Amino acid sequence: MFITVLAIILILIVIFQIAKASEYVSVLKGEDRAFKQNNKINGALMIAFLILGLIGVFWCNHELYPKTLFPQGSSSVEGENVDKLLKITILLTGIVFFATQILLFWFSYKYQYKEEKKIHFFSHSSKLELIWTAIPTIVLAILIVYGLRSWFLFTGDAPKNAIQIEVTGHQFGWTFRYPGKDGVFGKKYFKDINATNELGLIWKDSAELSQKADPATFDDIIMGGTVYLIKDKPVRFIINSQDVIHDVGLPQFRMKMDAVPGTPTTLWFTPKYTTEEMKKRTGNPNFVYELSCDQLCGVGHWSMRAVINVVTQAEYDAFMAKQKPAYYSAFPAKDPDNIKAAAAVSDSSKPVKVASPADTTKK
Amino acid sequence: MSHEVVLQADVAGVHGTAHHEEHHHKQSFITKYVFSQDHKIIGKQFLITGIIWAILGGFMSVLFRLQLGFPDTTFPWLETVLGKWGKGGHIAQEAYYSLTTIHGTVMVFFVLTGGLSGTFANFLIPLQIGARDMASPLMNMLSYWFFLLASVVLLSSFFLETGPFSGGWTAYPPLSALGQASDGSKQGMDMWLTALVFFVVSQLLGGLNYISTVLNMRTKGMSMTRMPLSVWGVFLQAVLGVLSFPVLFAGFILLIFDRHFGTSFYLSDIFVAGQILPHEGGNAILYQHLFWFLGHPEVYIVILPAMGLVSEVMSTNARKPIFGYSAMVMSMFAIVILAFLVWAHHMFVTGLNPFLGSVFVLLTLLIAVPSAIKVFNWLTTLWRGNIRFTTGMLFAIGFVSLFISGGLTGIYLGNSAIDIHIHDTYFVIAHFHLVMGVAAFFGMFCGVYHWFPKMFGRFMNSTLGNIHFWVTLIGAYLIFWPMHYEGFAGMPRRYYDYSGWESFKQFISLNKFISIVVIITFTGQFLFVFNFFYSIFKGRKVTNKNPWQSNTLEWTTPIKPLHGNWPGEIPEVYRWPYDYGKDGVDFIPQTTPVGEDESVH
Ligand code: HEM
Ligand SMILES: [Cu+2]
Ligand SMILES: [Cu+2]
Repeated sequence: MFITVLAIILILIVIFQIAKASEYVSVLKGEDRAFKQNNKINGALMIAFLILGLIGVFWCNHELYPKTLFPQGSSSVEGENVDKLLKITILLTGIVFFATQILLFWFSYKYQYKEEKKIHFFSHSSKLELIWTAIPTIVLAILIVYGLRSWFLFTGDAPKNAIQIEVTGHQFGWTFRYPGKDGVFGKKYFKDINATNELGLIWKDSAELSQKADPATFDDIIMGGTVYLIKDKPVRFIINSQDVIHDVGLPQFRMKMDAVPGTPTTLWFTPKYTTEEMKKRTGNPNFVYELSCDQLCGVGHWSMRAVINVVTQAEYDAFMAKQKPAYYSAFPAKDPDNIKAAAAVSDSSKPVKVASPADTTKK
Repeated sequence: MSHEVVLQADVAGVHGTAHHEEHHHKQSFITKYVFSQDHKIIGKQFLITGIIWAILGGFMSVLFRLQLGFPDTTFPWLETVLGKWGKGGHIAQEAYYSLTTIHGTVMVFFVLTGGLSGTFANFLIPLQIGARDMASPLMNMLSYWFFLLASVVLLSSFFLETGPFSGGWTAYPPLSALGQASDGSKQGMDMWLTALVFFVVSQLLGGLNYISTVLNMRTKGMSMTRMPLSVWGVFLQAVLGVLSFPVLFAGFILLIFDRHFGTSFYLSDIFVAGQILPHEGGNAILYQHLFWFLGHPEVYIVILPAMGLVSEVMSTNARKPIFGYSAMVMSMFAIVILAFLVWAHHMFVTGLNPFLGSVFVLLTLLIAVPSAIKVFNWLTTLWRGNIRFTTGMLFAIGFVSLFISGGLTGIYLGNSAIDIHIHDTYFVIAHFHLVMGVAAFFGMFCGVYHWFPKMFGRFMNSTLGNIHFWVTLIGAYLIFWPMHYEGFAGMPRRYYDYSGWESFKQFISLNKFISIVVIITFTGQFLFVFNFFYSIFKGRKVTNKNPWQSNTLEWTTPIKPLHGNWPGEIPEVYRWPYDYGKDGVDFIPQTTPVGEDESVH
């Protein structure tokens, strides 16, 4: 470390000395000559920078394009619009980029100082200025029309058959809630949150909070860490936060929405490929869809991750059949399974009706 | 104009021109260099404070890039230098977030706002419009001292047990409102808010002064349409600042109330650190509206002065009039107006009403039009010119290149349907560092190299300047260009470590590369720092009043102007500042009356 710093300081001192010497030399040589020489060098560097820069742009693209999400395409049906719009934008802005950068450095090179040269006194031209006001306006109009069509699709109503999942962010993780067999999310209130009731579902009457238990909460299923979605079936997220602002970032699906405490937001899309299919498509056996928090939420922000598992309908049904409502984990005594077991022990003659596994997934 | 200034000018006037120092009325070191009311000294104070901040802010970025580039390497010296923040040779999480936050705050507000417009508005306005000083030299002095106070308060927060604020330069509540949510939101945030409140005061004092000086104190013949573009740039940024900083101020006041007085402007339904908070009915998004109502104009507060300086330096060194002066001024006006109408493009994914979002898309993309016009005009200014690559000119050309690269990506982000994918990813980092961060720095370098002879009566070394330019330009592109690709992979910004993410860990080697370039480029900046301080005392002396053969008024003052600027009468102005190469004459200063047979342009 010490050596590195020393070396750096030495290099700086050397450059500094050379620069000072060159100043003395220029005084000896005559400032005019030194200026002209210096000007030529910078002119040449302009054109060198342009050429190397253009090569660099292509090389960088060659190296990094495969690491972006473009090659694998959007994993949601709606996200395809994002890629399409991106490509149009890259094309149009790319033309402008190359044209203006080339002109800039080429002009700098070409019109570098020459003695006795007469400049072209050209202080304005209404025609030119009109042209280059009109062209960007037209190009931007095209992009706006394309863009807003997709925007209204993304932010419009989700299809009727969409599955609904509530996503709740907290420092530093995600909790998912499915509405259970009744298809209704039971009410919740943040003052009901406690160690056994992490979302604050209204399970009990409370005089203090003047609330009555909401039976719709009894069958709600809560999961942390991983959420299950169905291929080709639209999903609608209802997004909440318990503490600070988070953000549901879904890069592979090209979607994103903030989680704001006190103000629920929504987001919907239709997954196109299962996780298994993506492993094949990307050639990466470890592929997972990741949900990343995209809004700074504290020191653990970078680790606020969840996994999205996109599966087929059959797999989804099988998985859901095994899930238990959160209510029963909090109040094991109310769990029909436990009641049945107890009944069996006490050899009661009245069997308790248990919901068949298939029922839990019905929406 | 202060009484003192008038007097002094008379003194100098009576005694003629030579050896001004001897006739300068007695001033102690303290009143001359410390509590000075001379706009030139105040400008230099802003500049030097800005340079110190830039070094500190840049060093912070080196530290956090060390973590990003080398997450698995231990640097034992970090623990030696930073103590518990560098425990085990790694930057701690808390430290990482504090460093990024303070880096952003310092760069945007203290360097590129205070350091850039503070320097050049102060230094150039009176000299270029032909005034002896600012409208209120006292307010002007206070503006600097509030700035310094803000700096001291922010720096002090590094010595708190709980550390400086760590919730991002945008300071969104509830994170910034609740100490329970983050250590940095405890006293660190109080100090951050205090510093920024002082900073706003400084900006308002300065801004009102710049505006009234430009409006009222122009010399005879200096109509608004004859002002150099550099004056237009700082004038319009002051207008933006005066209209938008108060809104930020209001946002901060509400935040302070939420933090300490139990109100719920921004807070609702919160369960944090095992605690249920009583707040209900607040709206966290309200803060973002107030913040970005300043925040967006703020980016133009930063860039307008740079645009002005670049236009001026470019025309001078291309020996050719700036192309489309009135289009340049009109587009700056358009930017000022539109800058107030686009703030919600930072909030497309907050749950904003989609229709409202679409209006902001339209207005946002509209603001690209005046930006494009300016670029085309700069290009045409170079076309068929006779370009001298002074160091200032090099930075002016670099500015245009960076502004193009970063401005074009604004078109991606302004289109909400794309933003929904790349919001808060490294794409945004690339966008704003190119278009604002580095470009504004280039504007500042351009101005410093160009006006250094006027400031200190000496030249900066141009070989060093040239090396500094090329190192910085190449470094800036190597650092920020590849980040667009990280953004296209959805890689989120403000992450401490990406190695646990299947979707982003393919960029670990790129991050290492970027960090190495950051270290080299940061080191390269010392070429400037040395050059600057060395040349103040030892640089080659200026022997000619007008070393760049420029048309503007500041070059009619003595080589080292006194308080009051012109020893005799303030010169009168007869023409616009861009008569370069007119009728075959290399340059015609603004003080030259229009000849009879001169062509009209
Ligand atoms: C050419 C027209 C421009 C357009 C259309 C544009 C658009 C945008 C948009 C939509 C964002 C928000 C991106 C997001 O957070 O997802 C953004 C961010 C930003 N832009 Fe621009 N921009 C333009 C030019 C500029 C200029 C000239 C500057 C500064 C001089 C600038 C500085 C910034 C900054 C600092 C941010 C990021 C703030 C943050 O989140 O920390 N932009 N821009
Ligand atoms: Cu987060
Ligand atoms: Cu903006």
